[in-house]
Amino acid sequence: MKRLYKIFQTLLSTYYAYMLEYRAELLLWALSGCLPIILMGVWTQAAQGGAFALTSAQFARYFLAIFLCRQLTVVWVIWEFEREIVEGKLAFRLLQPLDPVWHHVWSHIGERFARLPFIAVIIGLFILLYPSAFWIPDAGTLALFILVSICAFALQFLIQYTFAMFAFWTEKASAIQELWFLFHLFLSGSIAPLEVFPPGVRQVVEFLPFPYILHFPASILTGLPVDYLRSFLIMGSWAGIFYAINRYLWRKGLKQFSGMGA
Amino acid sequence: MYPVAIKEPGLKGTIEHFFKRTYKEIHAVQDVSFEIQPGEIVGFLGANGAGKTTTLKMLTGLIHPSAGSVTVAGHIPFRRESAFLRKITLVMGQKQQLIWDLPAMDSLQINAAVYGLSDRAAQARIDELADMLSLQGKLTQPVRKLSLGERMKAELLAALLHEPQVLFLDEPTLGLDVNAQVAVREFLREYNQRFNATILLTSHYMADITALCDRVLMIHQGKLIYDGSLDGLIEQFAPCREVHVELAYAYHKAKLQQYGDVQSIDGSSVRYLVKPELLTKTVSQLLADLEVVDLAVSDPPIEEIIGRVFQVGQVH
Repeated sequence: MKRLYKIFQTLLSTYYAYMLEYRAELLLWALSGCLPIILMGVWTQAAQGGAFALTSAQFARYFLAIFLCRQLTVVWVIWEFEREIVEGKLAFRLLQPLDPVWHHVWSHIGERFARLPFIAVIIGLFILLYPSAFWIPDAGTLALFILVSICAFALQFLIQYTFAMFAFWTEKASAIQELWFLFHLFLSGSIAPLEVFPPGVRQVVEFLPFPYILHFPASILTGLPVDYLRSFLIMGSWAGIFYAINRYLWRKGLKQFSGMGA
Repeated sequence: MYPVAIKEPGLKGTIEHFFKRTYKEIHAVQDVSFEIQPGEIVGFLGANGAGKTTTLKMLTGLIHPSAGSVTVAGHIPFRRESAFLRKITLVMGQKQQLIWDLPAMDSLQINAAVYGLSDRAAQARIDELADMLSLQGKLTQPVRKLSLGERMKAELLAALLHEPQVLFLDEPTLGLDVNAQVAVREFLREYNQRFNATILLTSHYMADITALCDRVLMIHQGKLIYDGSLDGLIEQFAPCREVHVELAYAYHKAKLQQYGDVQSIDGSSVRYLVKPELLTKTVSQLLADLEVVDLAVSDPPIEEIIGRVFQVGQVH
């Protein structure tokens, strides 16, 4: 346990330093996640002229929260893993007594810390532009939001890392992720809140993993009604399913691995 | 044994390949049996694609042999047990494990933590290896700012931090200049003596093999065709030295042939193959009779020696 703590501490400080080397890119990456801010403008305008489940101010807060959730849960492990397989770099990782996944986990966490100041600046700017989006959640809500965001990141990571396992068989496993992203975009609540979906569709979508990555934490932060028990159960179930598939594919994949390019 | 997709050239081949893939089973390695004692340095020779890297991958546990058995330091490599991974290391001249944009020290700290070295033990080990590799002061510079030779040395340091007993080195001097090659060779020799480490080394540079290995294994088309002393191999298959002469101007071929077995003439540049007992005499004559700008004596390229082994066929 002590050894693992030391490893994680070293990985975090190293990958944080590594990510800070890319500070200019970090700003651009943070800006590239600004789609919810654009949609905020669209939906707040729409809400002023029609009857929707959310008010104009609720839409503004919701999309600001979605922006934050996207920044906190962004994952790119599939592209990294694919590159490591194709370039043979996975070989070095496999020769160390540590599951290679930890390098990816801590590089993501390190990046998240490096990204935080940029997220804060962007949120500050948009609150200036949309003062109606400003609100201060209470400490309990904030704590719950942070906890759920960590769970959402873990689920997002697990899903993408599971797709990444297909890189053992196909050199372009990221194509699976790109197809998945299409569903994620619509069903996670990043284009429109689930509250505006037809009730039948919403009922089905709530059993899928997508809403628990963005809509669930965003709803907590903005004070929209949430069924906590059911949400945590569905989220946990999907995490369990993907974890089991992931470990199965990992074991199978290692047997398949030919050390391509190594 | 592994499958490889086969595609015919042209548009027709591409379309067929898209709808129906045909695979061919490739035997990367076959009938390769050998045993290496602790503390030995063994050279692993073979032309490109002969099966050297595949064998190294099997020995390190990266790939699973479809038949036969492998044991390294008392472990079955493919199980990748922690105790096994702590005993071995793999260095590949054409690959790097150090993080490119950070100083090597950051990558070394990760390795130290992964192998469970205390801060003090890790620092002592880094100091010792940095001293052996003349890398003092270089480890705090970003890896991308290091020269190729320094980077290779830093890679060696990272790979040896956990004091492995068995070293698998795949072209560790690839692309290095002569000085850096010599430094890496000397380091490996010293490391082997100081820690009684076992080393299996592949290299296309004959000088690496001659400087380090008393024993060589030779592999051809996936089969082991020679296992014995290096002297025996060289005497048998490379009994000549190569003399490369750069002349002030181009001489007539007939004139050049008076001095020995001309291998090639490229303008004013001539290559001879000379028997060792005639070397002094031939070099003296060349220097006395011709206007020589530069002259170098070397072993023939290892590919040539290997080529000769292949021409002769199976040995021992």
